[in-house]
Amino acid sequence: MKEYSVVGKRVPRIDAAVKATGSAQYTDDMTLPAMLYGKLLRSPHPHAAILNIDTGRALALPGVKRIITGKDTLGVKYGLWRMYPDLLDEYPLAMDRVRFIGDEVAAVAAIDEDTAQEALELIRVEYEELPAVFDPLEAMEDGAPQVHEGVDRNISVTRHVAFGDVERGFEESDHIREDRFVTQAVHHGNMEPHAALASFDASGKLTLWSSTQSPYIVQVLLAMTLGMREGDIRVIKPHVGGGFGNKIELFPLEFCSALLSRDTGRPVKIVYTRTEEFIATRRRHAIIIELKTGVKKDGTLVARQCRNILDGGAYNSLGPTATFLSGFFHTLPYKFPHFKYDGCHVYTNKAPAGAMRGFGQTQPYFAGETQLDIIAEELGIDPLEIRLKNACGPGYEVGRVAKVSTCGFTECLEEAARGAGWKDKRRSREEGRGIGMGSYTFLSGGSFNWFRTPQAFSNALVKAGEDGSVNLYTGSSDIGQGSDTTMCQIAAEELGLGMADVKITAADTETTPMDIGTWGSRVTLMAGNAVLGAARDLKGQLFGAAASHLGTEPGELEAGGGTIYVRGDPDRKMAFSEAVAAAVKADKGNALIGRGSYHPEGKGIVSPAFAFGATIAEVEVDRETGRVTVLKVTTAHDCGMPINPMSVEGQLEGSVHTGLGQTLFEQEITEKGRIVNASFLDYQMPTSRDMPQIDMIEVITDEPEGPFGAKEAGEGLVGPTVPAIANAIYDAVGVWVKDLPITPEKVLKALKEKGEGG
Amino acid sequence: MRGVLIELKVNGEHYEVAVEPQRTLLEVLREKLGLTGTKKACDEGQCGSCTVLMDGKPVSSCLVLALEAQGKDILTIEGLSNGGQLHPLQQAFVDLGAIQCGYCTPGMILAGKALLDENPSPTEDEVRGAISGNLCRCTGYAKIVEAILSASRVLQGAQGGPAQ
Repeated sequence: MKEYSVVGKRVPRIDAAVKATGSAQYTDDMTLPAMLYGKLLRSPHPHAAILNIDTGRALALPGVKRIITGKDTLGVKYGLWRMYPDLLDEYPLAMDRVRFIGDEVAAVAAIDEDTAQEALELIRVEYEELPAVFDPLEAMEDGAPQVHEGVDRNISVTRHVAFGDVERGFEESDHIREDRFVTQAVHHGNMEPHAALASFDASGKLTLWSSTQSPYIVQVLLAMTLGMREGDIRVIKPHVGGGFGNKIELFPLEFCSALLSRDTGRPVKIVYTRTEEFIATRRRHAIIIELKTGVKKDGTLVARQCRNILDGGAYNSLGPTATFLSGFFHTLPYKFPHFKYDGCHVYTNKAPAGAMRGFGQTQPYFAGETQLDIIAEELGIDPLEIRLKNACGPGYEVGRVAKVSTCGFTECLEEAARGAGWKDKRRSREEGRGIGMGSYTFLSGGSFNWFRTPQAFSNALVKAGEDGSVNLYTGSSDIGQGSDTTMCQIAAEELGLGMADVKITAADTETTPMDIGTWGSRVTLMAGNAVLGAARDLKGQLFGAAASHLGTEPGELEAGGGTIYVRGDPDRKMAFSEAVAAAVKADKGNALIGRGSYHPEGKGIVSPAFAFGATIAEVEVDRETGRVTVLKVTTAHDCGMPINPMSVEGQLEGSVHTGLGQTLFEQEITEKGRIVNASFLDYQMPTSRDMPQIDMIEVITDEPEGPFGAKEAGEGLVGPTVPAIANAIYDAVGVWVKDLPITPEKVLKALKEKGEGG
Repeated sequence: MRGVLIELKVNGEHYEVAVEPQRTLLEVLREKLGLTGTKKACDEGQCGSCTVLMDGKPVSSCLVLALEAQGKDILTIEGLSNGGQLHPLQQAFVDLGAIQCGYCTPGMILAGKALLDENPSPTEDEVRGAISGNLCRCTGYAKIVEAILSASRVLQGAQGGPAQ
């Protein structure tokens, strides 16, 4: 492992002090003079035609300034998949149909929230209710209600991955296992609700502060739906209180606050209530997974065939990506000679699914890793051994789809097993206790350009000041994961500066260069590479000027300790600030700016680099109540080089939390399209009492594609947590539960079917 | 609805504000006093993000009417640091990586303070219990628990107790 001065250190977050004192400003903390408050009217029906909207009484209410409906918009459909315009299927406000309970119908701006709320209740909407469909299998039947016209059997997208000859593979297999797994809709639970504050000035320029993971995407889609030039829209991301995939897109509150502000000439703020967060944002796709796997007697994997049916809800959102990824992840981290995947994304009259931490990954890993344990059990092989036998390694290629570069997966399996005491604990178990394993890979950012941006995915600038400090400008969005700190570490390391010397300006479409946003664990690798490139560019200019002062060639120079010095002769040096002054003078006083960008090239269509890991969970199952307690989680993780180990740990611990909740507690329960547990109390995210001890082991690889060797760390660990717990439950009490979440009722039912308990 | 004039004592300062009787302490802190460090995440008393201390006890300020807070000592996150010096709890949260998105942080820190004021050397289990009403989606609570335990040691040391 290389030693660096700033990279690889447990650097506290640069925004931690402002957050600890309550002075960090989030969107809802902001107010502007003469600001109005907006609220959205939502559909109470899962599927209906809008016949008429009467806003008369609402408009007459004192304090109401403006009401907009679909008729006040340009009626432009938008979405994230700009690559295929057919997939753009949302209107910011419904035009003539609503497709889920919560679909946006109208928006009000008033002098305060209470007045806006009262106005909503005075709007009269005449609906004609239409037949609705809630189950993706029913939605695929002939004659099912059509969620969107012209979409055959409500299948909006299909995706396929195939290599080898899967039929031949099954013929060559000694043992074939087929299972059906069902996963649930899971809510992100971002603590900060979506919030937007829009302000048009008299020149027609819009400034929007928004709780978003991608100011760029919001800017582009606002321009598209408002009929404006992108340059007339400035989107700024203040501090964001978590996103987890729920804030990637343009949301109706951003559009409506902007349009209401344009119409009233006053700033307009809209903040979603917690109920709106649950019913009208996004969620993890519920997927039905049919999985067939063929193996040799010795456990060698030969063939896998799978079919995923994704419940997309009413709109595509990132469903097409989920349909691909949830199939792709069935291929890794193992070597399958023969593979075939067919997936489809199905519209239903429910709230739309979208991206969520562990995107497209947690569902196939619940299925695949659980089935792998079933197979191991049937063949009499230890779960660790079957994984080691089939583990992919460096350089492995997945068909023509993806190429693995660095890969510490085998080491992760060994280290996790060692750390958890796997072999001893598998042998000698206490009554009701069990230990189970799960493995994973994850992307270090997606390569596929579904948004069809003409720009590089990440761009950055570094400007040097005469006092020896630098300003870093990046479009990347810190939503709480700590990327601003990571970006500063990368710039400081490359320029030989300290953290206090780097000042960051981020996520503002007017002042920072474009970055496509925060998702797919892309920021460290992609934005990090752009920052590294910008710092290198700046350093090159500095070295050019410093070389003549130090009487050497630029290639002989190094930056470190706030100086530029001659390699091997550190006494020949000049202060960083003196080098900046020299470079500026040599360039006729022009500002000294370094530019950098990153765009994935030549690494397949999935990701430029893959992180790997293995997780072991230890559980206790109460046979009387069916209740599962997770006692300990041990995980070994290859994220390349951790730029900030303390941040990486935080990401891993958070991922275990999300995975544990998805396994045992969390699900959106819908009845006829209505989410009936749309509150924190009823939804049940894990609390501090539900979380086990988490032991983390870093397996360091030096990824050539990543800045200072870094890869993904933010979400991959959600995936293996789920099957590790499921497999530990089997180890404890001998039952497999194949539909999530694994509630006490399901455990008891399985025990009863097995002839025990109940 | 017409407002009534009430007097609040927040972070040691006296405020006289006109509020409508149905307004919560959370709304008045954020909207009338400009103390936006107290976060509104659910407004239903279910997440702990709006935790403040009222006479030293943690309360969800979204469930307390501003009228009820009259005559009480209210401490919000803005009142915790002393002249720019972070409180040991705040410092521990910063140093140990207990802060990610930061939205639960003010409530977590104040829940931690209420605990340490009453029980200066809690066990890990007691810390987990004290913050079990404060939801966090980022950290898995591990570093938050660690930070509260660490602050307890620092505070004990400062008071001549067993330092570590």
